[in-house]
Amino acid sequence: MVDAAVSSGSATFAVFWATLRRDLLLAVRHRAEMVNPLVFFLIAITLIPLGVSPESKTLAAIAPGLIWVMALLATLLSLDGLFRSDFEDGSLEQMLISPQPLYFTVLAKVMVHWLVTGLPLTLMSPLLGVMLALPSGGYGPLCVTLLLGTASMSLIGAVGAALTVALRKGGLLLSLIVMPLYVPVLIFGASAVHNAVLSSPINSQLAVLGAFLALAVVLAPLAAAGALRVSSDG
Amino acid sequence: MTESPLTSPEAFSPPSTPLLALRQVSCERDERQLFTQLNLRAYPGDVIQIVGPNGSGKTTLLRALAGINKDYTGDVLWAGRPVTDVAWEYSHNLLYIGHLPGVKKALSPLENLRWYAAISGHQTRATLYSALEAVGLYGYEDTPCYQLSAGQLRRVALARLYLSQARLWILDEPFTAIDKRGAAQLETLFAHHAEQGGVILLTSHQDLALPSLKHLNLLDYQPASIVDNLEPDHG
Repeated sequence: MVDAAVSSGSATFAVFWATLRRDLLLAVRHRAEMVNPLVFFLIAITLIPLGVSPESKTLAAIAPGLIWVMALLATLLSLDGLFRSDFEDGSLEQMLISPQPLYFTVLAKVMVHWLVTGLPLTLMSPLLGVMLALPSGGYGPLCVTLLLGTASMSLIGAVGAALTVALRKGGLLLSLIVMPLYVPVLIFGASAVHNAVLSSPINSQLAVLGAFLALAVVLAPLAAAGALRVSSDG
Repeated sequence: MTESPLTSPEAFSPPSTPLLALRQVSCERDERQLFTQLNLRAYPGDVIQIVGPNGSGKTTLLRALAGINKDYTGDVLWAGRPVTDVAWEYSHNLLYIGHLPGVKKALSPLENLRWYAAISGHQTRATLYSALEAVGLYGYEDTPCYQLSAGQLRRVALARLYLSQARLWILDEPFTAIDKRGAAQLETLFAHHAEQGGVILLTSHQDLALPSLKHLNLLDYQPASIVDNLEPDHG
């Protein structure tokens, strides 16, 4: 029994790694699609000083919120394809009937999604902070909150993507499902950066963002796995 | 669950219990009855070809048996027990290849197969290279799949047959886009699997020359109203 448990544990781990590796390879081979949300993020932020006002005082006041909103939209933009190609080419069916738990397959896929969208968005954010004249106290908190927040958003978004994967045109529905769940993340993330700029404590916001992420890691892949089963049924 | 159901000889059930049995299985799709009261017993060594005209529910039946589509009534039994009770054992013994090959075009055949080997959790009885060689993809291991022909893509999916130790193979149109020589090779493989005590359920519009072949005609299980509307199939 112990042996069976150990071997099934290592097989589960093998599935996680194999899926992680496959999806990373796919992301690298589809570079152009992968860069799409990042380019959107960059362009949107670049246009703000041109459209709103180039004055650093005005920009500094709205910078934390703007960067957060754009990061959210960029994540949203990239969600649709999360399970789409697996659904269309039949590999999703194989994931569903695999003896290994679907939880880890989904977790691996979401992790790759975060590695190719959330993480680069976070790494780009200090540069965009400079463009929006973000005060110096805001950079550290901006990176930390985006790191936590984008991971939560990838996980939550996976549920929406799984629910809409079988629909021909699920894009709008996906946004409607996911957006309300993104709002709390946005509020706490942006307010943490705002407080940091004003030199106020940000511990509570960080704690809430961390709690969101912890909950999302545990629950979102389960919900997404359930949703994938429903979507493939019939 | 203390031992692997795949390798231990004890796991081979006595011939009196069918390996896979369907009892009174009915399925409807979009409020249209596809088939009703379907009964089937598959014993070790059986190759069952499911026939019926297009739209008669062959794929739906196979998807239901693979556990993808749960929208059916009736019982499916694995070695005498409901599949929902022995889900772990059943999924370890199942190899399903649908009409979508499930091959990622941006990856090479080797990369595709490596992922399948991990996700299906089957103990492999052949290396990835020898499986690809067996389906005639020697020399194409590292070619991106978008450069392969439709038949070669199907062969990448079929290479899993050589890797798997699953006892139940559910194959939806395995011969699609496969040339004559490849089809003959597949038939040999099917015969070999049946000899080893495996069960194969497949759909195909091709006539197979296997000794242990049985036919299941879905037209026999259709509600009378539909049979009247359809031309009977000669297959």
